[in-house]
Amino acid sequence: MAELDFNIDERVDITDVVCPMTFVKAKVAMEELEIGQVLAVTMNDGEPVQNVPRSFKEEGQQILKLIDNENGTYDLIVKKVEE
Amino acid sequence: MAVDYAALKKGGFMRQKQKNHFSLRLAVVGGNLTVKNLRKIADVAEKYGDGHVHLTSRQSVEIPFIKLDQVDEVKEELAKGECKPGVCGPRVRTITACQGSQICPSGNIDSYDIAKKLDERYFARELPHKFKFGVTGCQNNCLKAEENDVGIKGAAKVSWNASACIMCGVCAKACRTDAITIADGKIELTEDKCNYCGRCAKACPTDAWETQTGYLVSFGGLFGNRIYKGEELLPVITSEETLFRVTDAAIQFFDDNAKPSERFRYTIERVGIDKFKETIKEAYNG
Repeated sequence: MAELDFNIDERVDITDVVCPMTFVKAKVAMEELEIGQVLAVTMNDGEPVQNVPRSFKEEGQQILKLIDNENGTYDLIVKKVEE
Repeated sequence: MAVDYAALKKGGFMRQKQKNHFSLRLAVVGGNLTVKNLRKIADVAEKYGDGHVHLTSRQSVEIPFIKLDQVDEVKEELAKGECKPGVCGPRVRTITACQGSQICPSGNIDSYDIAKKLDERYFARELPHKFKFGVTGCQNNCLKAEENDVGIKGAAKVSWNASACIMCGVCAKACRTDAITIADGKIELTEDKCNYCGRCAKACPTDAWETQTGYLVSFGGLFGNRIYKGEELLPVITSEETLFRVTDAAIQFFDDNAKPSERFRYTIERVGIDKFKETIKEAYNG
């Protein structure tokens, strides 16, 4: 068990959209990044936080951390490892 | 000569309102048909029917408006496209299934494979009344397991592998039953809250949730004149061998105890759920 260190390169807020646009917006933001860069995705509790991490995994990206902002939103920290 | 409607019904030919016309039900497993099947079905519907087919509520295909004097010819024709007539009446009906883990990202089991095995084991078996099996891959329950006499739902029995975990916290949020808690650098699974959906494992970025394939089986579902949700009466089953031992025991219980035209639900109620539980627990324990 080891927590992973990271530096955030870009941020995207997907709290203003609903499924399925949540992942679409997050994915578009990810496309702007270079391999190895890290994206922080701010999302709402509920469906987005239940589903968006898995969608990134299925796309082959590396999830580093899910941070509870304690205001009803979460930041998902994802490293781009695939185009 | 009198028409033997019972024999026709057994062979999948259902009498229509229109005199001497039949709707022919085909044997389909898990809703899958090959292109060859489909081409032949289209040809037969055009030549012998009225140019349309009906998709049944349980994933079968019916070709309506087959004429009584062409029944045998239609069967021969369909055989050339590897299509077989289905069944109606008091016997094991079409085995339904979702796409399962071969196709669907949510699937915990290969539903189609289980459906094929059930089909080989039981399809068209003569019983006191109709008997329906349905197989669904996960808790999303696209195939509505509990509306069947015996429903099978794919499950994932999970355990945490601390060495692979990066403590990202994704699993605790992916869980819809609050079975996962994170405290003091440790992850705890409350087993009696877990519904075996497998969402934690599927979401985990480092595959730190190890999964064992499982089956949740429900008994006595009805979704017709009366509606009753099939009940899960056993713990999660973790081997295919045990699964079929349990389904064997359930169908045999029905065969041995049911009155003619009595659905499984009512046999279980009349004979007693405790007696039924005893039977399937014995099968479960091997």
